[in-house]
Amino acid sequence: MAQYTIRRLIAAIPVILGVLIVTFALARAIPGEPCTAMFGEKATPEICAKFNKDKGLDKPITTQLLIFMGDMLGGDFGSSIRFKRPVMDILIERLPQTIELGIASVTIAVIIGIPLGILSATRRNSPVDVMTMIGANIGVSMPVFWLGLMLAYVFALLLKDTPFQLPPSGRLSAGVSPIPFYKVYGWEFTKGSINATLATFISNFYIFNSIITADWKVLNDAIRHLILPSVALATIPLAIIARMTRSAMLEVLGQDYVRTAKAKGLGPQKVVMKHAFRNALLPIVTIIGLQFGLILSGAILTETIFGLSGVGRSLYEAITARDYPIIQGFVVVIAIGYVFVNLIVDLSYALLDPRIHLD
Amino acid sequence: MSTMPEPTPIATLPPLDDAGAGDISDYRANSLWRLTMRRLFRQRSAVVGFILLVILVGSAIFAPIIAPYNPEQPLIGIENVTKRQGPCIHLLGCPPDKPQHIMGVDGNFRDVFSRIIYGTRISLSVGLLTVSFAVLVGTFLGAISGYAGGLIDNIIMRVLDVVLAFPFLLLAIAIVSVLGPGLTNAMLAIAVISIPTYARVTRASVLSVREMDFIEASRALGASSRQILFGRILPNALPPLIVVATLGIATAILDTAALSFIGLGAQPPTPEWGSMLAIERNQVFSAPHLVFFPGLAIMFTVLAFNLLGDGLRDALDPRLVHGSGAAKE
Repeated sequence: MAQYTIRRLIAAIPVILGVLIVTFALARAIPGEPCTAMFGEKATPEICAKFNKDKGLDKPITTQLLIFMGDMLGGDFGSSIRFKRPVMDILIERLPQTIELGIASVTIAVIIGIPLGILSATRRNSPVDVMTMIGANIGVSMPVFWLGLMLAYVFALLLKDTPFQLPPSGRLSAGVSPIPFYKVYGWEFTKGSINATLATFISNFYIFNSIITADWKVLNDAIRHLILPSVALATIPLAIIARMTRSAMLEVLGQDYVRTAKAKGLGPQKVVMKHAFRNALLPIVTIIGLQFGLILSGAILTETIFGLSGVGRSLYEAITARDYPIIQGFVVVIAIGYVFVNLIVDLSYALLDPRIHLD
Repeated sequence: MSTMPEPTPIATLPPLDDAGAGDISDYRANSLWRLTMRRLFRQRSAVVGFILLVILVGSAIFAPIIAPYNPEQPLIGIENVTKRQGPCIHLLGCPPDKPQHIMGVDGNFRDVFSRIIYGTRISLSVGLLTVSFAVLVGTFLGAISGYAGGLIDNIIMRVLDVVLAFPFLLLAIAIVSVLGPGLTNAMLAIAVISIPTYARVTRASVLSVREMDFIEASRALGASSRQILFGRILPNALPPLIVVATLGIATAILDTAALSFIGLGAQPPTPEWGSMLAIERNQVFSAPHLVFFPGLAIMFTVLAFNLLGDGLRDALDPRLVHGSGAAKE
């Protein structure tokens, strides 16, 4: 397994290099200069010449590519043109928000989708099954951005002043601010060290941070803000997972060994969960892994609607502002994330099915 | 080569009893598609999808007759309308002296219902054109890749892997940023990012058909590689492609609407559903009907293609006997 993991990681290198080159090329191919995007009307040739020289944009494109590749491999993501801050700092600030949103969505999709799929398969053609499948078909057909707006309308306006009212935008209410866990614990870091960076990164997961610092007010507020965006984002994956679970379960439930299990007198629950579900898990896990890309694409739209400045929205804004370093840094991190999620999915095959040997 | 009988590969062979009697060529000529159609219309969801699609195509063709107003003309000064007024339906108690607007009026004093009806034309052509382009290029690349194998296969598939390594909407945004915003460019971007899907499906089919005996026979009879690939192998790779393409139309419509929503696709005053939603999205609390109806239209169109695609998959699946659904949903 270790050998397989290493081989897979090596095989990922050309793909990541390809992603780096494509990102670089696409970022440069976008019409419009960073200078004009930055200064607008004030972008005189003199200002732009100085600006380009400062940012290394006056060098030949191949030199720029080599410098960029070298920096990236060394973990140096450069500085944002627009915010004049290191890309790494912005990433540390915004990535946790998107990861939190993504995890919440996948969790919702899995804990509702899988039971629904199992229920549908075991009671095939019953009203439960028919309703679930109609719901799933509508779910995959819904535009995320529309669902988000409609949820905001229902929960922020129609249900206003009821216990179900939920905030339609932002990550926390005004006035609520989380205290980083390392400050609560009184830990000190030298500024700029890896430990400090890591601690800041972790403390930006507001939900996790508020749990370990026992700050229930922030926790409650953060969860309430997270519900609407993550439900909107979860809908399509939920529908896909429910459908996949149903068809995988149907396939397995028709097998001889399930009949044998029933014949030897096992209870229905044991047959379904122990014998059938375990064997249906493989395609289900595959499809869950595939949702990662969908979640990230959806995050661009969801974050825009719910006023969250996560990775998706930041990237979109960076593209419009021609902020090359942000585009490049963020895309590379996302691509690496992709590779890892795919790897984890493939590794989990071996755990789920002992017949599969990864070597 | 026309004298050579073309055996149907096992994967697409229909059950014998449904095919009826008749000589071999007759059996081959029409039974797969006729059978598929028969199986398709035996499924409730596929029938629902088909009916939805007929309604959509009907509204696209007869838009000028159905739509009561010009979709791009502001009605201010022509009629007694207020900005973003809610739906006014005479049957549901709206005073008869007020002009009827089933879905209300938008921020530019235009009739929303007319815009939705005309929007059908845009969304349907977006779906069809985008997918046709992606299927053509994808099939070509996949066929070459699967048939040639070796280095060519490796190069093509690795390049497509890079495309798949990006979240699709992100890559689409980047491509549209390069080409400039607009509906055509948005469609092109969506087409480009869906090429790998079709290439992979075609490649998989080509790989499985390539090794069959009738290909060997063709080669023995002196058929060229081109004849074998495009005349013998590709027709047999069609069923899975049709399924993926039908479902792909749904995705293409959804993605183009998303691009229009963030301002990179169709530009105003085009009555495109995604951009209609985008323009009025900040009014969702004061005039929810302006957000509700375009989204609903997108959902129904996407649903139609999804239902039809699912139905086709079941109808073309040789593992299902008589479409009664033995193995899969």
